[in-house]
Amino acid sequence: MLRFFPAFTLILMIGPVCAGLIGTMLPAFGYLPALGGDGISIDPWRDLLRQPGLAISVRLSLVNGLVATLISFSLVMLFCAAWQGTRIFAVMQRLLSPILSVPHAAAAFGLAFLIAPSGWIVRAVAPFAGWDRPPDIVTLHDPMGIALIAGLVAKEIPFLLLMTLAALPQADADRTRQVVLTFGYGRVVGWLKAVLPRIYPQIRLPVLAVLAYSTSVVDVAMILGPTTPAPLAVRILGWLSDPDLSHRFLASAGAMLQLILVLMAIVIWRGGEKLAGFWGRVWAEGGMRGRRDGTLRRFAAGAAILSAGAVFLGLASLMVWSFAGYWSFPEFLPRSFSLRLWMREYDMLGAILWTTLVIAVLSVMVAIALVLGCLENETRRFQKPGQGAMLLIYLPLLMPQISFMFGLQVFFTGIGLERTLISVAIVHLIFVLPYVFLSLADPFRALDPRYGQTALCLGASPARVFWRVRLPLLTRAVLTACAVGLAVSVGQYLPTLLIGAGRFATVTTEAVALASGGDRRMIGIYGLLQMILPFAGFALALLIPAVVFRQRRGMADHNRV
Amino acid sequence: MSRTLNPDSTTSSGLELRRVSIRLNGRGLVDIDIGIKPGEIVTLMGPSGSGKSSLLAHICGTLPSGRAAGFEVGGQVVLNGMSLDGLAPQDRHVGILFQDDLLFPHLSVGGNLAFALPSTIRGRDERRQRIDEALESAGLGGFTDRDPATLSGGQRARVALMRVLLSEPDALLLDEPFSKLDTELRDQIRTFVFDQARLRGLPTLMVTHDPEDGAAAGGRIVNPV
Repeated sequence: MLRFFPAFTLILMIGPVCAGLIGTMLPAFGYLPALGGDGISIDPWRDLLRQPGLAISVRLSLVNGLVATLISFSLVMLFCAAWQGTRIFAVMQRLLSPILSVPHAAAAFGLAFLIAPSGWIVRAVAPFAGWDRPPDIVTLHDPMGIALIAGLVAKEIPFLLLMTLAALPQADADRTRQVVLTFGYGRVVGWLKAVLPRIYPQIRLPVLAVLAYSTSVVDVAMILGPTTPAPLAVRILGWLSDPDLSHRFLASAGAMLQLILVLMAIVIWRGGEKLAGFWGRVWAEGGMRGRRDGTLRRFAAGAAILSAGAVFLGLASLMVWSFAGYWSFPEFLPRSFSLRLWMREYDMLGAILWTTLVIAVLSVMVAIALVLGCLENETRRFQKPGQGAMLLIYLPLLMPQISFMFGLQVFFTGIGLERTLISVAIVHLIFVLPYVFLSLADPFRALDPRYGQTALCLGASPARVFWRVRLPLLTRAVLTACAVGLAVSVGQYLPTLLIGAGRFATVTTEAVALASGGDRRMIGIYGLLQMILPFAGFALALLIPAVVFRQRRGMADHNRV
Repeated sequence: MSRTLNPDSTTSSGLELRRVSIRLNGRGLVDIDIGIKPGEIVTLMGPSGSGKSSLLAHICGTLPSGRAAGFEVGGQVVLNGMSLDGLAPQDRHVGILFQDDLLFPHLSVGGNLAFALPSTIRGRDERRQRIDEALESAGLGGFTDRDPATLSGGQRARVALMRVLLSEPDALLLDEPFSKLDTELRDQIRTFVFDQARLRGLPTLMVTHDPEDGAAAGGRIVNPV
């Protein structure tokens, strides 16, 4: 039974992706019998190429994706190089981790509230600059997509940092760093020359996932990105939502183009890796020590603090707006606070939270069971998945969502599962599974195998060892993985919208739907609402083991995550 | 190499390693042929990394198998006349102590012992009594509900031994079990473990790199390679 878990898990992750890609590719070439497309044609592509501003949309997607990834990656590497092994590093790690659980849309809204011409930053400066009305500058939806890049960077830095942290021990980073310091290298240069090349292969997939995401993001782009024209993925969603059903063909061709863009971005990145690897070796062998790196280190710390601070201040801004009464421009805080809107929305909020929770719990429970089964199977068989399996685990994160969601919608319709809770939970599962696996695999594998051996030799069956020894010892790790999965599910915008066909209102679909309206108080409420479930999840993951094992001091070692 | 599950007529009790060999990726780790009688303590000496722990894992049945692990084993492990080869670890009745006590941190001291106590011993009172007796005999009376993390190193070592003994093993394996204890504690725990093993007539195999362990055991000392 257990031996089938890995295959079954992969099928649940990869199957829908493949079905969705095929289901998108066929209409892209004119085949979709339900809408009268019986033959093969390239009309959808002609149609696509005729869309005004398509070249700009394509450029925005590709360039913004690459730039956002390059900036987040560089900042994380620079920060690790400058501060790894120090107290500041530990503090920042603790500061950045919670941001991981904040849905992209909520973080984007927060940032928007901060940098808007009438946002908190301008309000803070206004008294000194003598502004009595918002300055006439474009900070949101700027045509270059700088706000979009900033939003992506702030949200991806914590993710990349965490993935880097996981890779550090395997590269023996601490000792390598110390050895290099004794050669007279500065911290930053020494780390970049000696540690980075060793950890990069292990963080390549997460970096590529960030790249694919940034190139094809929809919700953040709707909140912060350019609008005339928007990046490609946003426009595809527009075509998909068009009441004229014939636009589905155009949208499918666009979704294929989006896939090509992501693949191009990956190829460009890999090319950059090769170049950087070549020049890096030349640089490393040149022997430059870089002893005076104080400025660089301060810059790295500053950038990390700025990125974390922006997200936290943004979230605070959401909260203030959600309770704001009358709030005119140059004032830093509202004149009055009111619960009026919260009261008005109260009934709605409960229903929306409930829908969100049901979908999330369904997908997380299936995911955690599958992942535990896979990991237990690998423990019993003494075999770890190879590099190829890791690629498959990352596949759903490397594919642009919009490129297979429409096809998947068609597929679910074909098997009679359209617009059901089950199908929405299944698509959430595609994205929840990889994160739950990534979150649980390391602690599971790090568990001292001698606990299991001891228990077996005491006469316990393998099943008893799993339920009575391994699982209790991993309580905190399992609950954390569940919280990660919950946060991932809660943050899903496109899959919920397209597969649920608007039938399932979750905190994220409702929040993003408000983006174009500009009612800041409502956005504040729904933005906050997006954070309630993930934060509650992580709080429970901390609290439950602490309470259950309050009499067991030895569990503290097993409760570190 | 013959593999038989039939009781062997030449010996009836004790732990026998019949021409047991372990190879890792083609490199010979262990080659040993020895019989350990009930109550006898045999010491395996040798530098670390020489495959002694792999031999113990092989006897327990927890040595990683399969191509990926790279271990190749030969020979036969026989306990009280029955071949252990092919049996699941939980069916072998071989107890093992590591250098760490490996008490389950999520269970109380009593919970750890109850985990080991066979389910054939029924009834809450009966089980509780067996556990209390075991603790009493280890000088740990009244420790049933304690959190293992609050015990001293010596106390934990004794609980770990009582846990193994409660699982009613037919043989005992010791994997450098005293190396993490303080010097003065080491003698005390060593004596305790050896006495218990002899008292229960357990064939005992100890691997160590500490010559004092071997001397204290007072039995044969062999080099496995």
